[in-house]
Amino acid sequence: MEMTDKRTITVSVNGTKHTKEVPVRITLADFIRYELGLTGTHLGCEHGVCGACTILLDGRSARSCLMLAVQADGHEVLTVEGIAPGPDALHPLQEAFRDNHGLQCGFCTPGMLTTLLEFLGDNPDPTEQEVRVAISGNLCRCTGYQGIVLAALDAAKRMKAGRA
Amino acid sequence: MKPPPFQYHDPKTLAEAVGLLGTLDNAKLLAGGQSLMPMLNMRFVLPDHVIDLNLVEGMAGIKETDGVLEIGAMTRQRELEFSDLVAAKCPLLHQALMHVGHRQTRNRGTIGGSLCHLDPAAELVTVCMAHDATIAVAGPGGTREIAFADFPAGYLTPAIELNEIVTAIRIPVWPAGHKAAFIEFSRRHGDFAIVSAAALLQIDGGRITRASLTIGGVAVAPVRATEVEQAIVGQAPTSELFAKVCESCRSFEAMADIHASAEYRQHLAVVLARRALEKAADLADNAPWNRAH
Amino acid sequence: MNARMLIGQPVHRAEDSRFLKGAGRFVDDLAREGMLHAVVLRSAVAHGRIRGIDATAARAMPGVHAVITAADISAALGNVPVIPLRLANLPEFKGYLQPVVAGDKVRYVGEPIAVVVAETQCIAEDALDKIAVDIERLPALPDRHAAAADASLLFEAAGSNRAVRYEAKFGDADAVFAKAEYTRKEKFRCHRLTGLPLETRGQIAEWDKDKKRLTVFGATKVLFFNRRTLAPMLGITEADIDMIEVDVGGGFGVKGEFYPEDFLIPFVARTVGRPVKWIEDRREHLVATNHSREVDCELEIACRRDGTILAMRGHITADMGAYIRTNGGVVPAKAAQFLPGPYRIRDVGLTVEAFVTSKTPVGTLRAPGRFEANFFRERLLDIVAADLGLDVMDFRRKNLIQETELPFATGKLVPYEPETDFDTGDYHVTFERAVAEIGWDQNKALNGKLVDGRYRGLAAVPFVESGGSGKENSRLVIEKDGTVSVYVGSSVLGQGLETTLAQVAADTLKLPFEAIKILHGSTTYLKEGFGTFASRSMVVGGCAVMDGCNNLLAAIRVAARERLGFPNEEIEIADGVVAAGGKRAGLTEFAGLEVEGSFSTTTRTYSYGAHACHVAVDPRTGHVDILDYVAIEDVGVAINPHIVHGQAIGALVQGLGGVFLDQIMYDRDAQMLNASLADYLVPLATDFANVRAITMELRRSKTNPLGAKGAGEGGMVAVAATIANAVAAALKPLGVEVCDLPLSPARLWGLVNGASLARKS
Repeated sequence: MEMTDKRTITVSVNGTKHTKEVPVRITLADFIRYELGLTGTHLGCEHGVCGACTILLDGRSARSCLMLAVQADGHEVLTVEGIAPGPDALHPLQEAFRDNHGLQCGFCTPGMLTTLLEFLGDNPDPTEQEVRVAISGNLCRCTGYQGIVLAALDAAKRMKAGRA
Repeated sequence: MKPPPFQYHDPKTLAEAVGLLGTLDNAKLLAGGQSLMPMLNMRFVLPDHVIDLNLVEGMAGIKETDGVLEIGAMTRQRELEFSDLVAAKCPLLHQALMHVGHRQTRNRGTIGGSLCHLDPAAELVTVCMAHDATIAVAGPGGTREIAFADFPAGYLTPAIELNEIVTAIRIPVWPAGHKAAFIEFSRRHGDFAIVSAAALLQIDGGRITRASLTIGGVAVAPVRATEVEQAIVGQAPTSELFAKVCESCRSFEAMADIHASAEYRQHLAVVLARRALEKAADLADNAPWNRAH
Repeated sequence: MNARMLIGQPVHRAEDSRFLKGAGRFVDDLAREGMLHAVVLRSAVAHGRIRGIDATAARAMPGVHAVITAADISAALGNVPVIPLRLANLPEFKGYLQPVVAGDKVRYVGEPIAVVVAETQCIAEDALDKIAVDIERLPALPDRHAAAADASLLFEAAGSNRAVRYEAKFGDADAVFAKAEYTRKEKFRCHRLTGLPLETRGQIAEWDKDKKRLTVFGATKVLFFNRRTLAPMLGITEADIDMIEVDVGGGFGVKGEFYPEDFLIPFVARTVGRPVKWIEDRREHLVATNHSREVDCELEIACRRDGTILAMRGHITADMGAYIRTNGGVVPAKAAQFLPGPYRIRDVGLTVEAFVTSKTPVGTLRAPGRFEANFFRERLLDIVAADLGLDVMDFRRKNLIQETELPFATGKLVPYEPETDFDTGDYHVTFERAVAEIGWDQNKALNGKLVDGRYRGLAAVPFVESGGSGKENSRLVIEKDGTVSVYVGSSVLGQGLETTLAQVAADTLKLPFEAIKILHGSTTYLKEGFGTFASRSMVVGGCAVMDGCNNLLAAIRVAARERLGFPNEEIEIADGVVAAGGKRAGLTEFAGLEVEGSFSTTTRTYSYGAHACHVAVDPRTGHVDILDYVAIEDVGVAINPHIVHGQAIGALVQGLGGVFLDQIMYDRDAQMLNASLADYLVPLATDFANVRAITMELRRSKTNPLGAKGAGEGGMVAVAATIANAVAAALKPLGVEVCDLPLSPARLWGLVNGASLARKS
């Protein structure tokens, strides 16, 4: 049905390789959500402001609404579905969100988690202000950010303890 | 809000990219995508062809040769942010990067993309103006260099031909020990500035021996406050001096938009010029506006 | 955890696990077999007459299944339905209701003109560009002043752009004003903004041709009302429609009302015979989803010179946008009702006027009318205190209602509501707590002082806030495994209701939290439900669950005696075990037992509290730094302190956005100037770090057995009032008065600059 150009791409998502033919005009976000059915990555604005669609591309956070799917060909993507260590377990970052009331409606949560996963790798021992700057590209309309900031600081401690 | 139909091209060499750009009608170059992709999603641009520069060899990297920092146009803003070379040689660029968008956009966004988008308030544009950078471009006829002062041709319009590609940015570095300050006033962290100010000072024996002051966000492109620069060279850096000379920034031609009137921008130009100079001269360590990020 | 102690505990939210793993199911996450995609063609003209729509080229595009306009709907149904009022139903509004699609006229930019249905959203958007609409432009009405002139009428048949004017009063304010020692009048204005949930609206409609049944996924807030509205529009019965709520990414008042798309998408789904998904995009959201707040006020107060407030007169004028939508006149009506606030004012005279303009229609937004009214009143109180040489806190203390005066009759200030009383509380306790938390006594000398180049200002403001009345239902079923399924009519908009309702049920049934499953948001669960709005879901929804639990306990006892031969003595039910006189049975033996519960109250609860803050204003940029902000609220009973605290902080930060950032701007042609998230600004994590919320449980509500009061809006109600007073206190030495919102840096610098120019001249 699509009248546009198509390409076959291979993208590794959460450790699984997917090879698909896609219209070149679709974004990476739409590829992840509608072609792969991984709907944890959310779309809140589709113009690169809200951060809900943040994924990790080769370990680096990126707004998946601001990339074409074809640009991810040959790359590794991590989405929120790939963060937990197993189906019944939570990552320490996820546990910290639960314990610190870091979420309400849950719509911004995937983007917050992916962003913080990268950030806490860059900066394992951040200050509150550094956390606030790190998530300043992710909108949350419910929490006023306080629970999220506490969760991130708590997660840093938990992750450090896990490494020790 | 989905992109319109287009043909996608992903050249592997600069020559190939220049060739495509020269032959395809209504083509758009895709660098980091942080400006083009929103415009595609909103269908503000309707290109027939998108030429992706992300796979072109040799367009990214940071090196210093003979006092010039050379940055490939496809160098990601994150690479600049985390570069020890940039932090050491061009502290102004390092400071400015912390105001450029957010972590996720800096991970993808490129310096060349930001300069070509040429938002009047873009931090990287202001830094290039402050440092008298040179822009290297490649076209069908070969390569050429453009002094940054000549790079902005108008609002959101770089002075390059439709068939040319920006390949590198050359920033002459200032001597070791020079002082730099980049500050801005924006509605929120990471937003484009309403007004920004970039100051470079060389201070020897208690006197300013060289100065560069650039105001972004006021006019369609950043402007050098040459009157201020001339007035402070040879003087000792004091708050009183800066307060007096920066008043001249009120006469800059200024834009108005939904966030700020022209008068407010002119006023902010005065305030931020002074604050940038004070910060560069280490006179603002305790100022409240200098305490937060 | 002890099953009997869940109420009041910060238990982990039942919702969190799925959200943290990306396993939430929001409406755009669903797909149905054979699903098509719809996009809406919207007017680019603010006010005009539609001369023609040519969709021939769009219809001919491969992949396009239908393009539906008003003509198609008329042809199918014999008319173009209009959206009825849900609240604040005043007869005057009848001529100003919104048709589900524009027919002969468009009245705001963003009004639906046509719906395109295609194989993919990309194709549908491609087709949108191919539809030619010919509109004869009429004069735009960009604000209520332009509308009031009636030179151009939005609704010719109605004869005026003024949709309503009414008076409300108790006592005789005019008589008091006529002989008062001191009176003062000021004009204030609150700007237009919206709620901006992070998830936009959306739905999937599916028509089963054989069974002639419609299923709508993505409904929320007031499912049963929306079903009742939709059924006659489509010429089917309510029983033919199932409305299914899935996870909802925030509501804040604007989401879940009946919008044009709530008719259009089911209609096109039935027309094409395939499931159809429509997801509002963010740009559409900013012009299509309700705006709110745009109200101004002329407020007048009469006092004795000792600061005793005697009477208040207020004139509220509202810009309703182009149509009166489902929320009717709630925003201006509540802005008027809450003008007297928690003060002892016995003589009040109010008028309310509402105008239609050629802008997006307004509806309710978290703390509707209260945010505005508290700002108007508290600003005037500070101006009066300065006039009379009174300490601003003492002035408030003197007039703040004492607990001994409760219940305090506030009369009938809302024409469509009964008389109401403030119920329980000690307004002085929360106010003094706020005054103390901000360090008023130590810090008040800083007011108006320049510290490090910034002017300091402090303020504290008390408030009352209504919430939680009406009716709600529940249904409980014991499952085969002995767990209890609780079906509720309340809606979940991200506020953690699955958790708090489970806490109520678990405590009442003496079961562990894990043995309760809350099921919400489907018209298939209950005969009737009422939904979530006005901070009502813990009060009425929680009590409906409690009632259902008590009914279930009674039914278990009856069944134990009749079916299992339990002795006729006291039957203990705890931890899933039913026991009496040596006989024991597990709940599994009662599997299938089903009861209903309900709760109803016409008496509103009034939560109350106070906000206080300390700010630093940079006079050179107009930037305001919040050094400290504290919100105090007595919620009666906090079922889950974590969740209540999260509501308070969330509302507070949203409120601060409404004071400093959020603003919808239009030009003279009524074109919206900032319809993107790059230009419509909401708070970021870096904006308001120094905010605190203190939840108190001082006085239980007497209107309901839980003792709960609404808790979702108290963090919002007094933010504009508190900040504006602190900023005004800071800038007082400059001779600046703060009467208009938002307090953007440009506006504040303009005030400072204007004052300084005035001094120089």
